[in-house]
Amino acid sequence: MTEPRDRTINVPLLARVEGEGALELTVRAGRIADIKLRIFEPPRLFEKVLEGRDYFEVPDMVARICGICPIAYQMSAVHALEGLFGADPGPWLRAMRRAVYCGEWIQSHSLHIHLLAAPDFLGYESAIALARDHPEVVRRGLRLQALGNDLIALFGGRSVHPVGVRVGGFHRAPAPEDVSALVERLRAALPEAEALVRWTASLDLPSEEQEFTSVALRHPAEYPLNEGRIVSSAGLDIGIGAFAQVFTEHQVPHSTALHCLHDGRPYLVGPLARVNLNQDRLPPATRTLLQETGVRFPSRNMYHSVVARALEIHFALTEAIRLLDDYYTPVTPFVEIRPRAGVGFGATCAPRGVLWHRYEVDAAGRIVRARIVPPTSQNQARIEEDLRRALESYGLARSDAELRLRGETVIRNYDPCISCATHFLDLRVRRE
Amino acid sequence: MNAKPKIAVHKFASCDGCQLAFLNLGEELLALAELVEIMHFAEAGPVNLDAQVDIAFIEGSVSTPDDLVRIQKIRANTRFLITIGACATSGGVQALRNLADGREWIASVYAQPEYIESLATSTSIASHVKVDLELWGCPVSGRQVLAAVRALLFGVAPVEERDKVCMECKRTQAVCVLVAKGVPCLGPVTRTGCGALCPRFGRDCYGCYGPAENPNTEALGLRFAGLGLLPEQIARRFLFIDNAAPVFAEAGARWRSAADD
Repeated sequence: MTEPRDRTINVPLLARVEGEGALELTVRAGRIADIKLRIFEPPRLFEKVLEGRDYFEVPDMVARICGICPIAYQMSAVHALEGLFGADPGPWLRAMRRAVYCGEWIQSHSLHIHLLAAPDFLGYESAIALARDHPEVVRRGLRLQALGNDLIALFGGRSVHPVGVRVGGFHRAPAPEDVSALVERLRAALPEAEALVRWTASLDLPSEEQEFTSVALRHPAEYPLNEGRIVSSAGLDIGIGAFAQVFTEHQVPHSTALHCLHDGRPYLVGPLARVNLNQDRLPPATRTLLQETGVRFPSRNMYHSVVARALEIHFALTEAIRLLDDYYTPVTPFVEIRPRAGVGFGATCAPRGVLWHRYEVDAAGRIVRARIVPPTSQNQARIEEDLRRALESYGLARSDAELRLRGETVIRNYDPCISCATHFLDLRVRRE
Repeated sequence: MNAKPKIAVHKFASCDGCQLAFLNLGEELLALAELVEIMHFAEAGPVNLDAQVDIAFIEGSVSTPDDLVRIQKIRANTRFLITIGACATSGGVQALRNLADGREWIASVYAQPEYIESLATSTSIASHVKVDLELWGCPVSGRQVLAAVRALLFGVAPVEERDKVCMECKRTQAVCVLVAKGVPCLGPVTRTGCGALCPRFGRDCYGCYGPAENPNTEALGLRFAGLGLLPEQIARRFLFIDNAAPVFAEAGARWRSAADD
C-alpha cells in the first residue's frame, strides 16, 4: 500500500480529547482506502485489578478508571452489586443518586462544550485563546462546570474521585443548609444554561446527515440516568442483563480499546443518542427550549451532539433542583448489605453514553470476575464510520491541514474518553 | 525565572483526573494562562511535545516502551519536573499488576495480546528520571498545583506537606472514625493534603495521598487485625491506590505473606 509517492502526515498528538489516540488515513485515487482510529492509551487492566477484592472496595477502585466521569463508574458498580445482593436503596437514595449524577453531567458536558469542542466551531486552538475574544462564552462555561463540580462535592467531598459513594448508599448525607445553598446557585444558573442551549444552536455547524443507530437507556417515566432498559432507534428493547448477548466486544489490532458492535454493526451512544431516543422524557422547560432552538430531534446530524449536550445541562440543572428542593435528612444515608454469590449487572448513563458493568461475586462478597464496557469503546467503530463519510463529503482534495482539522473535529465531537477505553491521536494521511 | 515562564503538562498512563486540577480551576485557569505560557497541554489544546519549558508537570505512570523514551526527553527539556498524582508519584493503582503476572493479565483482557504495547510493570516517574517535586494525591487538588506554581514563580522552594491525615482530623476537629466507628482508617500512616476528606465523611481514609513521614504501618496493621480484618484484607488496605509506594508495598507484602502462612 505504501508506494514511494505516498504522502504521509504525522500529527503526534490529537489535542482536546481525554486520552491518547492516533488517526491513520490512507487516500488512494481520491477515495479513502483505509481509516483507523488508533488508540494506544496504555491499558490499566482494571478488570483484573478488581479480582479478589471485597465488594465494598469496588466504588473507590472503579472511580479511578476515569477522572472525568467517576460518578458514572461508581453508580454502574453499586447498582450491579445491590441488584445482586437484593438490596433496596429506597426513595431517598434513588433521588440523591440522580442528583449527584446530574452534577457529573453538568461538569463533564460543560468541560467538553467549552474547553474541548467550542474552539473547533469558532476557529481557535484552545479555550484559553477563545477566552481572549469571547470571554463571556468561556466564563459561562467555566461557571457551569464549577457548579457541576460543587454538586458532586456536596455528596462526595471532591469532584474527581469523590469519596461519598458506597455500596448501599452514601457514607454521609449532606447537611440541609448546604443543600439549600447549592439549590439557590443551581436556580440562578438556569438562565445561563438556557443561553448556552441557544448559543450552541446558533453555531455554524456542518450540516451533514448520516444513517446511524442510536442506543441509550430508556426509563418508563424519566429521562434516563441510573435506570432503564437498553433501547435503540432500530427497535431494540432489552433488559440490561441481556447486553452481552446483543453487543459484542472484539479486539482490533490498532487499538487498546475493544470495539463493541451491535449485531456486527457500529452504533452511537451518548448525548445525541439519548436525546434522539428520550426527548419525550425531558422536563417541559427543557422541551420548550429545544423547540425554540429550531433543531429537530431525532437528528441525523452528528454535530447536533453539542446541542444535545447543552440540553442535557439544562435538564440536569432542572432535575437537580427538583430533586433537592424536597431534600430531607434520612435516618441513615445507606442500607445494610448482605452479600451473596452470583452475577450482577449495572448499566447507567455516563455523560458519554451507556456504561455497562458485570460482576461475578462469591459467597463472601469477593469479586471473582469483572467486566466493564465503557461508552467510548462502543463509539469507536461509529467514529471510524463517521470519519470515512465526513472526510469524503468534505472533499479529499483538500490540504492535509484541512483534512487533519476536520478529522480531529469529527472525533472531538464524540467527546471520546480514551482514558476510559484505554490516549493519542496522531493523524497520518497516506496518499497513493 | 523569566517574566513569563513556560510550562508543559504531559500525560502518561492515568485517568486524566489530575489534569483536571488545572481544567477545573475556572477563572483561575484564565489567570494562570496570563502568568505563564502553556507550551504543551494536549487536553487543553496546545501540543508541542518537544518544547523547552521551565516546569513540566507529569500525570501518569510509565507503562509502555514509548513512555521510557518520552520521559527522558521531557526531563532533558525542562528545568523543573513536578509529578502530579498517585500514578506519576508512585505508579498508581495500575501498579498492582507489578505484583501479579502483568503479561498474563493483558492476555486475559485482550484476545490478541501481541498487539498490546505495554510493559509488564507500571512505575513512578522517579524510578526513571530525577523529579524535583512530588505532589501526592489521587487526585491532586488545584490548590496543591497552584501553590507549587506560585512558589516557583516567586523563586522559593514549595512547601511539602508530609503530616499525617490524623493531624488534619485533629486540626479540623473531625471525629476519629478508627476510634469511634472501628473502621480500618489509613489516616495514621497517610500523608495529608486532602483536608481529611474521608474521616470528615464518616468513613475510613484509604491512603490515596500515599505514605506520611514516619508511618508506623506495623502497629496500624495490628490494630486492623484487632478490628477483625484478615491478613489478606489488611494487605489490601495498603495495596490500593499507592500500592507501589515503598512503605505501603512493604506493609502489604508483610501482611500478604502472613496470609499465606
